[in-house]
Amino acid sequence: MRFETMALHNGNEIDPHTGAASIPIYQASTFHQFSVDQPGVFDYARSGNPTRQALENAIAKLEGGCRGYAFASGMAAISTVFLLFSRGDHLIVSQDVYGGTYRFLTQVLSRMGIKTTFVDTSNLQAIEAAISPQTKAIYVETPSNPLLKVSDLRRIVKIAKNYNLLTIVDNTFLTPYFQQPLSLGVDIVVHSATKFISGHSDVVAGLVVVKDLDLAEQIRFLQNSFGAILGVQDSWLTLRGLKTLSARLETSTKNAEILACWLEQHPMIKKVYYTGLPTHPGHQVQTEQASGHGAVLSFDVGSGAIARQILSKVQLPIVAVSLGAVESILSYPAKMSHAAMPPEVRLQHGITDGLLRLSVGLENVEDIIQDLAQAIETKVSIMISRK
Amino acid sequence: MRIETKLAQIGTKKARTTGSINFPIYLATAYEHIGGVSTGYDYARSSNPTRHILEESIAMLEKGDAGFACSSGMAAIQTIMGLFSQGDHLIVSMDLYGGTYRLFEQVLNRYGIQFSYVDLRDIKAVEEAIQPQTKALFIETPTNPLMHVTDLQAITRLSKQYQLWTIVDNTFMTPYLLNPLELGANIVIHSATKYLGGHNDVLAGLIVTKGDELSERVRFLQQSIGATLSPMDSYLLMRGMKTLALRMERHQANAQGLAHFLKEHPLVDEVFFPEFDPNSKRILSEQAKGYGGMLSFRVKEAKLVQPFLEQLQVFTFAESLGGVESLLTYPATQTHADVPADIRQKVGVCDRLLRVSVGVEHIEDLEQDLAQALQRSEEIVYGSESK
Repeated sequence: MRFETMALHNGNEIDPHTGAASIPIYQASTFHQFSVDQPGVFDYARSGNPTRQALENAIAKLEGGCRGYAFASGMAAISTVFLLFSRGDHLIVSQDVYGGTYRFLTQVLSRMGIKTTFVDTSNLQAIEAAISPQTKAIYVETPSNPLLKVSDLRRIVKIAKNYNLLTIVDNTFLTPYFQQPLSLGVDIVVHSATKFISGHSDVVAGLVVVKDLDLAEQIRFLQNSFGAILGVQDSWLTLRGLKTLSARLETSTKNAEILACWLEQHPMIKKVYYTGLPTHPGHQVQTEQASGHGAVLSFDVGSGAIARQILSKVQLPIVAVSLGAVESILSYPAKMSHAAMPPEVRLQHGITDGLLRLSVGLENVEDIIQDLAQAIETKVSIMISRK
Repeated sequence: MRIETKLAQIGTKKARTTGSINFPIYLATAYEHIGGVSTGYDYARSSNPTRHILEESIAMLEKGDAGFACSSGMAAIQTIMGLFSQGDHLIVSMDLYGGTYRLFEQVLNRYGIQFSYVDLRDIKAVEEAIQPQTKALFIETPTNPLMHVTDLQAITRLSKQYQLWTIVDNTFMTPYLLNPLELGANIVIHSATKYLGGHNDVLAGLIVTKGDELSERVRFLQQSIGATLSPMDSYLLMRGMKTLALRMERHQANAQGLAHFLKEHPLVDEVFFPEFDPNSKRILSEQAKGYGGMLSFRVKEAKLVQPFLEQLQVFTFAESLGGVESLLTYPATQTHADVPADIRQKVGVCDRLLRVSVGVEHIEDLEQDLAQALQRSEEIVYGSESK
């Protein structure tokens, strides 16, 4: 079965008791036990809830994994996965990883005796050089946020296997519609399902999918012990969003491609980061390991002053953190997603004061172009008049 | 303002633009920076208006400085445990909820955080357990399931002397009956799934902190770990809290009635209810407003348990507690299954012990149901001639 079909027909879409075309919202925290000796499938909703399970089963199928797990946020999913490690362990993590993940690793896990080395995971030698006897896993975001650096998952998996390391991939930007890391040999996939998977800026959620049953048992134990689970209503909303994932991504990716080309030719734009552009250094690898380039792009306008002008002049995109929604969202990484990163580290990673990130939505692309054009042009006229 | 009034007025007069009596459910994950400026809400994991009202309300009810809502009681506990680092030590109630025990012994242990389990009724034993690395006391009072009551005033005097934090799990008593922060505790946590939610339909955890520095640290952890409560569940929880006072009054009256009934029953060996223990009775009369709605009892022989549970008609045999419906739990195989059998026996959670969460049904229906189930189980186990 192909992805578009499986997103709708995955065995979790129909309520077996009534035939309802959508699984009910089981707003129950506990479940009656009909027998003392034979516990039912569900006992307490932190351990398992039928609505949440429908979502967990659906994402497991779509990512090609053996089990899925739903969490209260992307960070709750990531925090839970990091609980696999113990004091003394070492992790290798993508250098321009999401600011919230960076904060958790450097300010919470570090106190528990877990060390992290941040490396440019698009550079395989750098990964190999960072491996130590304590290293337990490689954690990769690809494409990375916000610079869209591409890491070669097949080759990273090969290195990880040589050294007996787990590989964990944050697949938020591409979703299983474009990229299925488990099929490339990755062990664990994490998602901020708040983004493309839910897609409507109305749910905060995280998902984890694992490749084998041994890991599944470990994650299930941690999900239940830590209890950072997704609520039932949000599980249902996420399932609902999942049904239109392929249609949404097709449209927003097409829009992103057109916008990237337009921005690249615009005289005021210093640089455009989008893996769909043949000039992007990761274009080739991305084409080999994913079936599309996604709907997020970043561009550098040269200075913080111009970036602020554009942010205040745009009419259509929401100026906000987050991404992956039906509406276009324009973000300012230096002050938003990467504000938790010290400025010197941020600049060293190329996240300049002039960098803007655009998550392209489902609007007509001509409208977005017109809007961006006027926001950028305004600045040009101001600059000329000042001269 | 008295607590009944505060509870009924949760969320009122807050929806300024519409005057809506109930605060709306804000599903939005992202918030526009209007004119480039944050409204105070940026991203729903950090702060959501609906969750915010709940957090403000529980802080007021517990007489603390800040409140935090998490996706489950366990998520609240794990978030608080983020305050500690490798090498730290905590002193913990002896007969602790099994899920908390599991998190401490199977997850946090791996980070080099150590726990000592002490009978907190014995202040001397507590003082003897204090080590140079001890950072906090973690208290359940009354304990689950043996209803041991801790003298919070005496304990917090001790922890102040040694500069330790006192963390109190106030799930059983709720702020309606007990305010640990007023007695000198620093942090209160709740499985709000229980009495605060009260309808067995929401999974939620709450944290209330005293002092600005501690509040800031917990805010950082809530945001970094991301185990936050969804807006829908935040709303349902506030809806439940509006009737907390009424429910607690009925829970207590029914529990007291059942405790006396069970105490006289020939098939019951022992009833654990604070009123029956002179020390617990004294402490609660000084520090709280009642005995709460929980009790446990030991039947004469373990073989009575299964037929008894199977004969119940009104009571639901399920995990969890604190809902309007009466629930019966078998701690040995349910709530405390993750505590090793020898430790369970040592602390008194034996296989003859049953825990009752007394609901708000009519007391006579509850008494009749227990009476008939006990009688039937006696007939099944001993044969009807034995009478």
